[in-house]
Amino acid sequence: MLNAVRKSVPIESEIEINITGLSKVYKTKAGHFQALDHVSMFVKKEEFVTILGPSGCGKSTILRILAGLEESSSGSVKVSDEEVTGPSVNRGMVFQSYTLFPWLNVRDNIEFGLKLKGMSATERKQISDHYLELVGLERFANSYGKELSGGMKQRVAIARSLANNPEVLLMDEPFGALDAQTKQSMQQLLLDIWKKEKTTILFITHDIDEAIFLSQRIYVMQARPGKITEELNADLHLFNDGELVEIEKFMKLKKHIISLLKH
Amino acid sequence: MEITKRKRKSLVKSLFRIREDIPKSWYLVGIGASFISLLLIWYVFNMVGVVKEVFLPSPGAVIASLYTSLLDSHFWSQIGISVYRVFMGFLLACLIGIPLGIMAGTFKLAESIIVPMSEFIRYMPAAAFIPLIMVWAGIGETAKILVIFIGCFFQLLLMVADDTSKVNKDLLSASYTLGAKRGQVISRVIIPAILPKLMMTMRMIMGWAWTYLVVAELVAANSGLGYTIMKAQRFLDTELIFVGIIVIGLLGLIIDRIFAILNKKLFPWAEGGH
Repeated sequence: MLNAVRKSVPIESEIEINITGLSKVYKTKAGHFQALDHVSMFVKKEEFVTILGPSGCGKSTILRILAGLEESSSGSVKVSDEEVTGPSVNRGMVFQSYTLFPWLNVRDNIEFGLKLKGMSATERKQISDHYLELVGLERFANSYGKELSGGMKQRVAIARSLANNPEVLLMDEPFGALDAQTKQSMQQLLLDIWKKEKTTILFITHDIDEAIFLSQRIYVMQARPGKITEELNADLHLFNDGELVEIEKFMKLKKHIISLLKH
Repeated sequence: MEITKRKRKSLVKSLFRIREDIPKSWYLVGIGASFISLLLIWYVFNMVGVVKEVFLPSPGAVIASLYTSLLDSHFWSQIGISVYRVFMGFLLACLIGIPLGIMAGTFKLAESIIVPMSEFIRYMPAAAFIPLIMVWAGIGETAKILVIFIGCFFQLLLMVADDTSKVNKDLLSASYTLGAKRGQVISRVIIPAILPKLMMTMRMIMGWAWTYLVVAELVAANSGLGYTIMKAQRFLDTELIFVGIIVIGLLGLIIDRIFAILNKKLFPWAEGGH
């Protein structure tokens, strides 16, 4: 049984991200535009959750509000039981566009947040060494952004966010601009990192395969107005070591999601 | 024979591909050819005698005049006073214009206060301010520096504001999520991000500064390269006029090269820089 339409009710203390009745209305020349319409969702501690939806459905807006980069129009957005009022080091974010600081080398990029915290150089080096190794860029510690490929830039962005030791990692289509091959290896790398670091991850994508491969739960969204149409359990052990082993179950889930997105 | 012909054909083809690189030696050939042909045209004009020698001196006469001028310490002091004026006006414009430009490119309120007014004043020709400046500041050094300042300041301000507002907003967002406060976003992200472009902007404004120097010195001065040109005109010493123009051109070129080299050395990380 696919157990697709499931409304999970978690235990209070397990919840890391809790969004209830979130709406966002933009004022445009044409009038009011409802980007998000009463979105409610949650992410448990150490969980990997994906929001899947077509472009323009407002999924990035949810993430930007969570990061504190945008304000909500109404509703409640809580992380670790605290209402989000602005950006915080507790909520790291990886963007779709490359956001490496081009004037800093890879190591200094990773240490950017630590420097802001006023950490000593030796401490910083210890931490950046760890994350350089985690993302496999030890040899590129002294390289600048213009010398790196797209995949490598995103690896630095992930390392830079994690170095700050955030409670949650928000990822806004981080592999959207990468070629298929690089995308795949980055997905595997991200899963490995998630297992090692035990970070709570909320990931945004419009790629169905990516959502199924990465996440334990998937929220499917629709556009105009942006709404969550369904919550799916994707933690079905379809993959073993990155290889798809349960093809039938995978196809069934994928077909179901495609039919959801057609509406 | 057939092969060399084909080779020649492909070379011609490769030299005329749209926006593609050519061998460095060919680039140098291009530079050399343009300068030599300019000299050649000049020389031919002179030989044929289309223009009287008094109005268009021969290249040889100009070079001779350049040589005697460069041996003359008085000429060097004219260069010195002009360079001093350019740098003072330019530095003053930078000291005030760059911080204001960064503010205007960072805060919308600052933009609303600074940019529309600068756009308005920018269209007022700096040369037209000269009579007014003479009334205010006399004809001393302050007057010349002020002309250069007015000519450069508003341009610089607007260009810096534009450079600043073009810093990728995602870089700012990323720094916020990494714990940067507003002041740190400016000091650790916006300012380092604009530095290479800022140098390019300053390089361009330096060119403007030389133009306004000559304007100021032609109208009201008793020293400097512009004045030297003015005085030479009175004595119909066209050789010296050419010398003045060429020396200003060379000084500009040297300063421009220094900016270009500094840019390359200071900001090796910048993308798309030559």
